[in-house]
Amino acid sequence: MTTTSPIKPAADLTPDRPPTPGSGGRARLVLGAGRQLEGGPFTYAALVVVGLGSIFPLYWTLVAASHDQQRVLDSPPPLLPGGRLWSNLQAAWDQANLGRAIVNSVVVAGCITAATLFFCTLAGYAFAKMRFRGRGFLMTAVIATLTIPPQLSVVPLFMMMSDIGWGGKLESVIFPTLVGAFGVFFMRQYLLEALPHELIEAAKVDGATNLRIVWSVVLPVARPAMMVLGMLTFVQAWNDFFWPFLALNQQNPTIQVALGQLSASYTPDQSIVMAGALISTLPLLLVFVIFGKQIVGGIMSGAVKG
Amino acid sequence: MATTTPTRGAYSPPPGGSGTVPNGPGPRSWRSRLWRFDDLASPYAYIAPFFLVFGAFGLYPLLYTGWIALHRVEMTSLGQSEWVGWDNFSRILQDSEFWTAVANTFVIGVISTVPQLLVALGLAHLLNYRLRASTFWRTLILTPYATSVATAALVFALVFRADGGILNWVLHFAGVGDIDWGNGEWTSKIAISVIVIWRWTGYNALIYLAAMQAVPTDLYEAASIDGASRWQQFRKVTIPSLRPTILFTIVISTIGSMQLFGEPLLLQGGTLGSMGGSEHQYETLSIYLFNYGWKLGHLGPAAAVAWAMLVLLLLIALINLIVGRFVRKSAA
Repeated sequence: MTTTSPIKPAADLTPDRPPTPGSGGRARLVLGAGRQLEGGPFTYAALVVVGLGSIFPLYWTLVAASHDQQRVLDSPPPLLPGGRLWSNLQAAWDQANLGRAIVNSVVVAGCITAATLFFCTLAGYAFAKMRFRGRGFLMTAVIATLTIPPQLSVVPLFMMMSDIGWGGKLESVIFPTLVGAFGVFFMRQYLLEALPHELIEAAKVDGATNLRIVWSVVLPVARPAMMVLGMLTFVQAWNDFFWPFLALNQQNPTIQVALGQLSASYTPDQSIVMAGALISTLPLLLVFVIFGKQIVGGIMSGAVKG
Repeated sequence: MATTTPTRGAYSPPPGGSGTVPNGPGPRSWRSRLWRFDDLASPYAYIAPFFLVFGAFGLYPLLYTGWIALHRVEMTSLGQSEWVGWDNFSRILQDSEFWTAVANTFVIGVISTVPQLLVALGLAHLLNYRLRASTFWRTLILTPYATSVATAALVFALVFRADGGILNWVLHFAGVGDIDWGNGEWTSKIAISVIVIWRWTGYNALIYLAAMQAVPTDLYEAASIDGASRWQQFRKVTIPSLRPTILFTIVISTIGSMQLFGEPLLLQGGTLGSMGGSEHQYETLSIYLFNYGWKLGHLGPAAAVAWAMLVLLLLIALINLIVGRFVRKSAA
């Protein structure tokens, strides 16, 4: 058979998202004929209601962050933004160590995302395309770990971390989440379909080592899925609360921890708390506005085969 | 492009270089041995990081938790431990607050999961129509997913405020008087469930939507030829096809509701949050664990709580299994 260059199939796939049955333009043409009925006015009305419900709390975060506390707590509550946004943001920044917290969050989420992408792609490739003893069992084991809540291990984890000198340090929240079972599963599902065996075999005929194959065949094919996994991982790591709240302290928090402690202080100023909440949410909302389509596609493609 | 269905036998790596281009007799055996080692060891090397990290930070602590649960370990002196046998377990099992937390976790779990999944199902059905700007709607309902627990809980804390909260203000127009959401036995649980529902409904809707789009079209065509109405099609075609997905979301939501922490901690904030309300009315197991371990500083009982959670999870899994089998039998 003819050897295909590794670039072509990657471009051949829908480049911006993993193939989801029905959500891609081509697939819809097939489906649309029989199944997909046109949405009526009721459909749109219901979606508008749900949509408003989805963004109202976020909108109101902005409203509350732009008034002084007196006005926020008043009845009737304010419904339009006021003029104190900037000073509240500054107060939140100064009070809650937010500058440090944001840098920490970027470091934590960045490290976790980079490591997840690297290790999960490797493991996903191995599970999808390589033959080795115990593969089925090990894959089941990976999925089974998804059902273990972090609560079950936080007590010894805390003791271990202080034992090895990571107590209160960012390492203690980065290392436990370096490679997630979800990521391994996600990459495996994608590569099962997207990576043709012929490509690997062709590379082997050319004398490529496995590492070489990963570098020049697997990675180009996996790139769209890696992008989606990267965003999902970043969102998760940025928003993680339980373990970071237990492991870190006020001097060295992530943004979520800082936010939790800001509100736990004795007399929290609500509009300043809301300003902090706004700061912590804006970066992710920005990511969502830009990459919403990819994230939606990623969640849906992970779901179908799961 | 042809999709390759990955069956195990479909592809075999070149065994020892015999399938590859021969490189001459001399270097071949040396090379082929290297190749064989590469093929043998590489897959394990690629999956090793996951198992190393899980072993070190997942499995080992899980077992270690059992050891701590049988010892006295204090936050103030982490290095010291003293064997106490089953004392920690009897301590929490005799604590009425523990049972309150168990009941609360269960109740909040049910009243947050059931409506959430039902609404998600309906929402997915709507999104499955052909829509203008379908990506926009999907992204819109997913925005709560981008919001952290902390932010969501803090905003809703203001929304649910007793005097002057925006929800009570709206309810005034319906003739409802001020409701003290945070302090009520049921209202506080409802408030926490609302936060959970708000954050996760859109996510679950997308998962259902993906499953709905994978349902073969001919099923619907056959049903409509048989004269099934839209509602009947939904009930007799969509729901049965979605059963594995629904089961999956139920499992995930159940595990999620066992972990509820940020929502109760921040609903009222401060000391009230870390004890789950003035009367522990919304104290979940995670809060109870946090309170014992990190506020009171007794890590032994906290570890015992973790093991109790594990037992509860297994119990729920067992119930799920039995109910699932029963449902399948009665359906057949």
